[in-house]
Amino acid sequence: MTTVAVKPATMAQALTRALRDAMAADPTVHVMGEDVGTLGGVFRVTDGLAKEFGEDRCTDTPLAEAGILGTAVGMAMYGLRPVVEMQFDAFAYPAFEQLISHVSRMRNRTCGRMPLPITVRVPYGGGIGGVEHHSDSSEAYYMATPGLHVVAPATVADAYGLLRQAIASDDPVVFLEPKRLYWSKDSWNPEHPTDVEPIGRAVVRRSGRSATLITYGPSLPVCLEAAEAAQAEGWDLEVVDLRSLVPFDDETVCASVRRTGRAVVVHESTGFGGPGGEIATRVTERCFHHLEAPVLRVAGFDIPYPPPMLERHHLPGVDRILDAVARLQWEAEG
Amino acid sequence: MTVMEQRGAYRPSPPPAWQPRMDPAPLLPDAEPYRVLGTEAAAKADPELLRRLYAQLVRGRRYNTQATALTKQGRLAVYPSSTGQEACEVAAALALEERDWLFPSYRDTLAVVARGVDPVEALTLLRGDWHSGYDPHTHRVAPLSTPLATQLPHAVGLAHAARLKGDDVVALALVGDGGTSEGDFHEALNFAAVWQAPVVFLVQNNGFAISVPLAKQTAAPSLAHKAVGYGMPGRLVDGNDAAAVHEVLSDAVRHARAGGGPTLVEAVTYRIEAHTNADDATRYRGDAEVAAWRAHDPIELLERELTARGLLDEAGIEAARQDAEEMAADLRERMNRDPELDPMALFDHVYAETTAQLREQRALLRAELEAEQEQHGEQEGGAR
Ligand SMILES: Cc1ncc(C[n+]2csc(CCOP(=O)(O)OP(=O)(O)O)c2C)c(N)n1
Repeated sequence: MTTVAVKPATMAQALTRALRDAMAADPTVHVMGEDVGTLGGVFRVTDGLAKEFGEDRCTDTPLAEAGILGTAVGMAMYGLRPVVEMQFDAFAYPAFEQLISHVSRMRNRTCGRMPLPITVRVPYGGGIGGVEHHSDSSEAYYMATPGLHVVAPATVADAYGLLRQAIASDDPVVFLEPKRLYWSKDSWNPEHPTDVEPIGRAVVRRSGRSATLITYGPSLPVCLEAAEAAQAEGWDLEVVDLRSLVPFDDETVCASVRRTGRAVVVHESTGFGGPGGEIATRVTERCFHHLEAPVLRVAGFDIPYPPPMLERHHLPGVDRILDAVARLQWEAEG
Repeated sequence: MTVMEQRGAYRPSPPPAWQPRMDPAPLLPDAEPYRVLGTEAAAKADPELLRRLYAQLVRGRRYNTQATALTKQGRLAVYPSSTGQEACEVAAALALEERDWLFPSYRDTLAVVARGVDPVEALTLLRGDWHSGYDPHTHRVAPLSTPLATQLPHAVGLAHAARLKGDDVVALALVGDGGTSEGDFHEALNFAAVWQAPVVFLVQNNGFAISVPLAKQTAAPSLAHKAVGYGMPGRLVDGNDAAAVHEVLSDAVRHARAGGGPTLVEAVTYRIEAHTNADDATRYRGDAEVAAWRAHDPIELLERELTARGLLDEAGIEAARQDAEEMAADLRERMNRDPELDPMALFDHVYAETTAQLREQRALLRAELEAEQEQHGEQEGGAR
């Protein structure tokens, strides 16, 4: 994998490039959703696509999420590759019926004869001061549905590479775009833009020996910051970026935990019934004899997403992560 | 005098002139369901078509009774009979060209079979061995959809995609009266009208959604009236009049193919049998109502027309009956064979590439099956 940092870019820019390149490379790729055409999407991720490819390829649909995804199903049945934008995480809920009853299982119910290559882009998660229904972390709902891939990039390079992979995938992919990272810049190599690990592989973003932070999407930068801060306390934290929740990379995660013997799962969505429960259990089942402490979770509270003025209390921050890491030491010290 | 008027500063201006976008009158359905059989219009109908419709109706009725019988023998888990609605089912299949697509709901096995799908493959969903036993591409028939109205946006999307590709393909989507209350019905009609997609929606208004009568489902003057609000024509047709349904649907299909956009057709019909073999229809409707509809039977209507016009005689009726018997015998015989199922197939079609998690689970099941077989072998060995 090439790691030359050639150019800083924002995640939103990388996503736009990915859509544009995918549309240019494959005439069956169609972008559709609310305000994706003339406006370029409320986050401008589809900016310029309607102009460049025409309104038939980048379509402003009526305001109806079930209709958007439902018509995308028919389009995919006829050989197109629809890339659907759900305007915000919580507004994807009207489309759940289509997602769960049809999108996720069409391949299965037709014995593999009718795969649906649909990408559902969902700007997701909090931290942008959004009003209610604009900050939900809905990944657990998607994860619980067999037949869907669930992908969440955390870096600019992954935003590009994973979106291209998602669009090229013959399976439906729920592509979770951490909206608070849309404008964050990091280095990206436009010479080899697709040069990232495939969907389904986790990546160690920082290596360490004391404990593993397992995370993805919007919580990756927080974990990296926590790892830096932990250095001062003498803890050398490893940070694993899952990148995709389904498929799940047990191998990379467990290899890391076996090395460090301790693990904390970090994510924004609720802890109870959330992704962390599944991840912690998988790790425990596979690494029990290597564990020096129980696998801990640092998650959002089990509450409806709070109003913006309170969201900083809800979102897992550096301190809460460090507290958890401190709790992992009990056995060693005890 | 108000303060504003005293000052003379405030002159309320009228809003900008409002114009309706189109004259809604041509979109409105007729007051009475359109009929052909027993009217002067019948004279214009193609005799060959009428005979084809008749043969298919007789087959369809026989299919319904055979499938219902199979539920009693435990060969089918459940069967929602379309007895009484055969005219809609058959006309739906016959109104389409080969390149067109059909989007059926769970009651529409007959339309699926009339479109050419193997009668046994059309029943796998209801038998319980696999969800969709047929390849949707082979006859351009989508899988039977169980969640109500959810197949309607698929039809719109497919028709839209076909048009984008320059193919003159039409999609016909079937839905029940209850299904018209679902949000997906609304969204599909709206998308279709806005996109001018070549789609035809056929509502089979058979009076009930399980036990709920139409009056508790909608307050609209008719279901066909719903079309006007979306900007597409609504057509009302006698759903037991095969010639009328075929004509109205064919018109709508032609209109769509020519770029005229979608149509909503409401066929007024009746579900003679219970909702499924598991339902007790006497709890929500009286015998008199059923009897009145039995007297308006789609097969008899067509038979009367054909015999009156000398297009069908006793021998013709017998030939149609014989053909239907053969189909039923074949269906019975093949449905009475135990399907051979491979449990390992459970993992085969979840993803294009099996995930590590599913590979693990697959190995677990294989081990379980092998252990089962070993045990089985030992027992047999012991017995010998
Ligand atoms: C979304 C959804 N809700 C509920 C059901 C359960 N259900 C199956 S058939 C039915 C009634 C359908 O009535 P209608 O649309 O009139 O079709 P018909 O059965 O008369 O053909 C109901 C409620 C379902 N299949 N899908």
